[in-house]
Amino acid sequence: MKCRVCREPAVIDVPRHNANFCGQHFLDMCRRQVMKAIDDFDMLSKDDKILIAVSGGKDSLAVWDMLGDLGYQADGLYIGLGIGEYSDVSGEYAQRFADERGLTLITVSLREEYGYDVPTATVATRRVPCSACGMSKRHLFDKAAIDGGYSVLVTGHNLDDEAAVLYGNTLRWELEYLARQLPTLPARNGFPKKVKPLVRLSERETAAWCVIRGIDYLVEECPIAAGNRHLGFKDALNTIETASPGTKTAFYLNFVEKVAPLFAAYALPDDVELRPCTECGSPTTGQVCAFCNLATKARAHEPVPVELITGRGARRR
Amino acid sequence: MKVLLRNPRRELDIPGPRRVHALLADLELNRESHLVIRNGTLVPSDELLADADTVEIRPVISGGAL
Repeated sequence: MKCRVCREPAVIDVPRHNANFCGQHFLDMCRRQVMKAIDDFDMLSKDDKILIAVSGGKDSLAVWDMLGDLGYQADGLYIGLGIGEYSDVSGEYAQRFADERGLTLITVSLREEYGYDVPTATVATRRVPCSACGMSKRHLFDKAAIDGGYSVLVTGHNLDDEAAVLYGNTLRWELEYLARQLPTLPARNGFPKKVKPLVRLSERETAAWCVIRGIDYLVEECPIAAGNRHLGFKDALNTIETASPGTKTAFYLNFVEKVAPLFAAYALPDDVELRPCTECGSPTTGQVCAFCNLATKARAHEPVPVELITGRGARRR
Repeated sequence: MKVLLRNPRRELDIPGPRRVHALLADLELNRESHLVIRNGTLVPSDELLADADTVEIRPVISGGAL
């Protein structure tokens, strides 16, 4: 295979573009896709104070690297979720990436600062592990962005992530979720602006970016996410993608362009009455926000070792 | 060739030469979900892998909460 641009030997084939690329021209393609997402969806300006949610995995390190490469200055935020050795190692990857590049990484430990961890919250609240984890992360990312005066919060969600969520929301016609599944969510009601610059890149492409750029990331999967519904949706979509390259791209980007506006009326209105959580001050529709409710239950529970819930990602509620 | 697989981490001996796409098919792995790396360098799907090669088949799918 030859690179479509320079005819030198290719290192990767990208069926959805019907193209093969050498390393350098693959990176150029990734840069173009990210710049197009940033421009099309009004994500970032060079004046923004940017905070990136960093996990130590390929997507968050790739987006941090790409934004720096494109001239954006950004700090990282890593949350220690207490998922046993997996969390210890993922934190090391994130810190090493930041240290090697002289970047600022803010670290928050769920156990040390909030008195619980994800395995314990899972058992204490009888939630699916990814639900307890996601709620904790979203709250702490929002809080760190607001408290730190950041104008925008960046996450490493890629095309596969977004297509899989869209697939799940469509199968259940979750209209409110469909209405707000956008690459850019503006700041509102005490929540920061949130953007996803990788929505035009597949998971395989963000991983390839890391390999070519020499970024050492945590390859191993979260031990408690294994078998979750989201991964099943990705498998299904990849089966379709292999038979019909470009399907994921068309499914998600055409949704954003053509369908999401039709669901806008189902989104939570901007003027919904929010008040400060009586415990943490974050905006909420009730007296106490969902995060503080979860944290209170989890703190009251004795610590649960991660081994006790391994594989529960597949559990149905 | 020696083939390193992840999640769980394990190593297989598979006779070469063999093309990347054939190796993935033999192992029932989707090309959309994996990268193939030889000596630290990505290789495309039509690359011929030699019997003496050591390759890593790296899964790229991650899936936690969003």
